[in-house]
Amino acid sequence: MKKETMAIELKQITKTFGSVVANNKIDLSVKQGEILALLGENGSGKTTLMNMLSGIYKPDSGSIFINGQNVTINSPEDSIRLGVGMIHQHFKLVEALSATDNIILGAKEKGIFLNKSRFEKIRDISKRFGLEVDPEKKVYQMSVSEKQTVEIIKVLYRKADILILDEPTAVLTPQETTRLFDILRRMKAEGCAVIIITHKLNEVLEISNRVTILRKGESVATVNTADTSAQELTELMVGRPVELSIDHPETFFDENLLEVHHLTVSDEEGFETIKDISFDLNRGEILGVAGIAGSGQKELCEAIAGLLPVKKGAILYHNENLVGKSPDEIIKMGISMSFIPEDRLGMGLAASMGMVDNMLLKKYNEGKGPFLSKKAARELAKRLVDQLDIVTPSIDTPVRRLSGGNVQKVLLGREIESQPNVLITAYAVRGLDINSSYTIYDLLNEQKQKGVGVLFIGEDLDVMLELCDRIMVLCHGKITGIVDTKEATKEQLGLLMTGATMKGGEGSDRTKH
Amino acid sequence: MTEQSIKTKKEPFLRVVKKTEISFARTLILSLIAVVAAIVAGGIFILAIGENPFKVYGTIVKGAWRSEIAIKGTIKIAIPLLIASLGITPAFQMKFWNIGAEGQIIMGGIFASYFALFFNTLPHGLLLLLMFIAGIVGGGIWGLIPAYFKTKFGTNETLFTLMLNYIALYTIKYLTEGPWRDPSSSGFPKIATFVPNARLDQIFGVHAGWLIALILVVGVFVYLKFTKQGYEISVVGESTNTARYAGMNVKKIVMRTMFLSGAICGIAGMTQVTGAAFTLGEGVAGGVGFTAITVAWLSRLNPIVILIVTVLFSMLDKGCSVMQSTFGLSSSVSSILQGIILFFILGFDFFTRYQFVFRQRVKRA
Repeated sequence: MKKETMAIELKQITKTFGSVVANNKIDLSVKQGEILALLGENGSGKTTLMNMLSGIYKPDSGSIFINGQNVTINSPEDSIRLGVGMIHQHFKLVEALSATDNIILGAKEKGIFLNKSRFEKIRDISKRFGLEVDPEKKVYQMSVSEKQTVEIIKVLYRKADILILDEPTAVLTPQETTRLFDILRRMKAEGCAVIIITHKLNEVLEISNRVTILRKGESVATVNTADTSAQELTELMVGRPVELSIDHPETFFDENLLEVHHLTVSDEEGFETIKDISFDLNRGEILGVAGIAGSGQKELCEAIAGLLPVKKGAILYHNENLVGKSPDEIIKMGISMSFIPEDRLGMGLAASMGMVDNMLLKKYNEGKGPFLSKKAARELAKRLVDQLDIVTPSIDTPVRRLSGGNVQKVLLGREIESQPNVLITAYAVRGLDINSSYTIYDLLNEQKQKGVGVLFIGEDLDVMLELCDRIMVLCHGKITGIVDTKEATKEQLGLLMTGATMKGGEGSDRTKH
Repeated sequence: MTEQSIKTKKEPFLRVVKKTEISFARTLILSLIAVVAAIVAGGIFILAIGENPFKVYGTIVKGAWRSEIAIKGTIKIAIPLLIASLGITPAFQMKFWNIGAEGQIIMGGIFASYFALFFNTLPHGLLLLLMFIAGIVGGGIWGLIPAYFKTKFGTNETLFTLMLNYIALYTIKYLTEGPWRDPSSSGFPKIATFVPNARLDQIFGVHAGWLIALILVVGVFVYLKFTKQGYEISVVGESTNTARYAGMNVKKIVMRTMFLSGAICGIAGMTQVTGAAFTLGEGVAGGVGFTAITVAWLSRLNPIVILIVTVLFSMLDKGCSVMQSTFGLSSSVSSILQGIILFFILGFDFFTRYQFVFRQRVKRA
């Protein structure tokens, strides 16, 4: 009988935010010793549902059963006491403290003094699940994957036997992902129940026993992983059949648009975030930039866009050096360069303004006189809504109220409308559902065919291998290689991301050049 | 299903939840409730000091509007408050927390007074124009200084503008006791009263400041809503990164806007010295620069709403002083009453953004 007790059972869970129904009568269950994948597009309610298990939100109605008992979870503390541990997408660690200190933080053990046995306990846990981390190492010195390991030990230290991981692989290299999956399998073997939130289908198929699919806040199906396929899962997730391939049109331009020579950028403290990198971007190509988060991608984009001061090196556009010019001057030089920043609402758009006002952002100064002319912007906004199927109550609704995908369409639409020669996109599809993502890929391909040079900062290597013509890999601000996507493999890219440089080959030649 | 033993604590009785954006109608209803609650709470206070709340409130309302003199008094209170609130608005729209309106009013007053005292033989129109410009320059400089340091060295504008208030205030004190002291005041330190040539004309029995203020209402409204510079201010307030991304010169915008903000406050100072006080004294700003922050914030930086809120504030102020003399109460009583009313109105702002959720009764199976 004991085998039949569910570790977690959610019955008819409903949660609304204002007028938005985030979760509508969701049922879900996980057995002990099972890995359940929670699959769904952005905004389908995955994170909301899990946040109710971890005590961050409270359901409006419905009941939660943990190990067969009906429970009320009021706070993360309650959730931990019930053995539920959540590993969030954004780690919640104290950077200045060591791994051990982070692990025991908030564990609320009895007594005034720290218990010596904590080291013992951490070592035990590490050994049991095959987790490797230096307990003395400070968090700020750790790689993303190490930080994640600390988060996992942290919840295990508090005796969690139900683990929830929110998009754990989003920040990992392929090799690190494989290692994480080994750990998850060990946990499964030890009888833990694991819920993994993801929208990567191949990972779902690889790691899970069952899959629950959410769509628009409702649980549409739960299937056994063994009996399903990527195609079926996508259809369940999107609600209709979807073509799962990305176009890769050939172009025949032969012209350099942008040449970057020995670019070095340092931050305010003098730390070099970009170290002596050289590459060029051609007309009609999509050049991918891969790398672990924080390898200098953001700084590279901002330096090219004139938003960050450059320490050394040159950025040549048709043999004119852009270094030292402000964004305003770059616009005035007649160079049409568009930058889709990573932080859309914090940099590319004004969050509490409507679409119309956001269309004006780079053009408000055109035209004579002190007054704004909104007519063209209003028409542009209307046209973009039609062309890109942007869902918004009106073109004057503050853009922060739109969903992530629509926000991105607003931004990308505006930039493409300005007919750039160089288009820089940072994480163009982050947070977007499958459909929107494919719309974005199509738009980028369209630009490429027009002869635009696209710099595509990405994170999903599968996508990048299909979409890009070449991929440049960054590691700690240096280029570890530039590969042709016709020949490259995911594993090769993974190695480059962790710092292995290419032997001999073309890429290193280019960087030394 | 039988009742299971519940492992965790009971749900808390009350929780605070952030609201989603609420409609204009609901905001209006909430504001009305706030006013009613304020009046009731104030009434309890009046009752506690042994007066009849209905009579007292009646006196306050009547006090502000009962006669021509009373109405003029109310308008006179409203003028500097309205101008200063409008002055703060562009800075706040840019999320530059200018709490130095007090000092900017004073500096505007000082600069204007210079011409009133030492060039008072110029033709009347020219003199007033000079004083007006002087007020703008004085207030503007006082606004520009913190903006310069903020853009150059990243200093905190809140502390900076606050400290400048004191410098401005003590500058008046210095002038009163030193260089500008009236020799004919027989030893009492004060600045001479302006000659009639240096006084602001009256329109419909109140000094022309009200006209300036109303023009500024329209001016600030149009500036913020329909001009390129107003757009720049909003974008900078939204995110300096977005502004830089759009190719805006953030430093220039911050300094320009703060000059403007200070300049408008400076006009308030000018109208005070030349229209109301006819001299420069330490009370030229008299806390108006701080009340203006409340007004601007309560009005959500909308110039039209600022006009309405200012009128209500001035009524309360004027009415309370009438109430005080009618009932023979001490001035602290009216201050306390004003405080209670303000507390409720500002406090209710909380409910436009948050709401309480009470524990639900758990149904037993």
